[in-house]
Amino acid sequence: MTEEIIIAGFGGQGVLSMGKILAYSGVMADQEVTWFPSYGPEMRGGTANVTVILSDNRISSPIINEFDTAIILNQQSMDKFEPMVKPGGVLLYDPNGIIHPPKRTDITIYKIEGTLIAAELGNVKTFNMVVLGAYLKAKPVVKMDNVEKGLQKSLPSRHHYLIPMNLEAVQKGFESLELVQAV
Amino acid sequence: MGELRLMKGNEVIAEAAIRCGCDGYFGYPITPQSEVMETLMDREPWNETGMVVLQAESEIASIHMVYGAAASGKKVLTSSSSPGISLMAEGISYLAGSELPCLIVNVQRGGPGLGTIQPSQADYFQSTKGGGHGDYRLIVLAPSSVQEMNDFVELGFKLAFKYRNPAMILSDGAIGQMMEKVVLADFIPRLTAEEIDQKYGSWATNGRKPNRKPNIITSLEMDSARMEANNIRFQEKYAKMEAEEVLFEEIQCEDAEYILVAFGSSSRICQKSVDIAREKGIKLGLLRPITLFPFPKKPIAALAKRVKGFLVVEMNAGQMIEDVQLAVRCDVPVVHFGRMGGIIPSPSEVVEALEQKLIGG
Repeated sequence: MTEEIIIAGFGGQGVLSMGKILAYSGVMADQEVTWFPSYGPEMRGGTANVTVILSDNRISSPIINEFDTAIILNQQSMDKFEPMVKPGGVLLYDPNGIIHPPKRTDITIYKIEGTLIAAELGNVKTFNMVVLGAYLKAKPVVKMDNVEKGLQKSLPSRHHYLIPMNLEAVQKGFESLELVQAV
Repeated sequence: MGELRLMKGNEVIAEAAIRCGCDGYFGYPITPQSEVMETLMDREPWNETGMVVLQAESEIASIHMVYGAAASGKKVLTSSSSPGISLMAEGISYLAGSELPCLIVNVQRGGPGLGTIQPSQADYFQSTKGGGHGDYRLIVLAPSSVQEMNDFVELGFKLAFKYRNPAMILSDGAIGQMMEKVVLADFIPRLTAEEIDQKYGSWATNGRKPNRKPNIITSLEMDSARMEANNIRFQEKYAKMEAEEVLFEEIQCEDAEYILVAFGSSSRICQKSVDIAREKGIKLGLLRPITLFPFPKKPIAALAKRVKGFLVVEMNAGQMIEDVQLAVRCDVPVVHFGRMGGIIPSPSEVVEALEQKLIGG
């Protein structure tokens, strides 16, 4: 199994953290992983993206231009990454702020109301974990108990009290995935 | 087995330095390598091993602090990115001229000038052919993964002390910024002054002992006959490195008709290009130089006897290709594909270049 994912959105949405937690979950499942961020003069409000690769084998290129899955969290990222999903691949997006929904007919499309759900959960910072949960429903590349272990490894121990809240958000996202188009 | 972590390449450099008994780090922040010093400052190794970490006022100051500490036999590290390494060039030449071991990490970014903060490999010439003045060489290691960023810290120090010569880890923004799994090394204690003398001989200026002359560390020699003798000794040392220290990796070269030659992050991209080409029925292999100096001339010359051509893939305008051409000696075509200014080529772009420039051409 090799899963090549791009997660793209605004800086401050937790794009890089979501990628890191997913990567750590892969480490806990004994997979090979790479996490390659866009780095640069980005800041809160600018665009941010990260490429995560999970594989049972040695990973060749950490930098790729075609993805099995694109997780898209703003319009700029939709414009840039929708064309880069492999035919037959998966596009998952949060419709909040998306003016032009995806038009591809050769990929499976899901949506997750991450922004709304996170607000309902009472902490908008759990947005990225809601989206992670939805992704894991669409693509069960790592098991939930490995996500919990991944959170334990990637969060400093002073933040471990937040893990139950994050896991609740992951679970809520898992339950709230909506299929838009299947291929 | 050591501790397993998910870390950035830059963070690993810092952790590996602490663990291998490094005595000091002197540096100045610059993107995309700032996490090296950030991690060291966060780890506070001065409490743990006594390692000194100091943010100097400039790159020029940091490399001369390295010179001072290295002269006393200490295991010292500095890191920077391309423009900062240019500022250090004078000091690096002095370190080589004074035969001082140290480890310099260059997390390359696009140039020339202040350039861009995105990854590049355009400092190949600077690293392998000099960079500063005079006839000198650095031992240059090119990691292609976060694990190798870890492993080459200890290896770099080992070679630097073996040859009393500066060693460089030539990385780039992609390897520095990316996170991968890494198995960390076990802790090695720092050496005492007595242990330094025992292990490396008594050249270090760490206090004159009774019954020996004072040690003098200098690159200055006004007597030209003696200066030539020094140069001859340096050249013998570089020749010994070429004979004994070459490292490289061959991937699917056994039955290959065409060979990609790439180092560092380019070699990772090329691994995927090899898979794409083989799916198309093209017998492609990859030779990855791990030491850029000493350069793996012999394995490339051996491949040149039986393959149809080489494509050298670099994130620059064509630098390592000159060393590949020298090794191939016109036996078969050697062509170049590169992207510049911080653009990373995609695996399929490399295969297209192969088809256009080598197979079709």
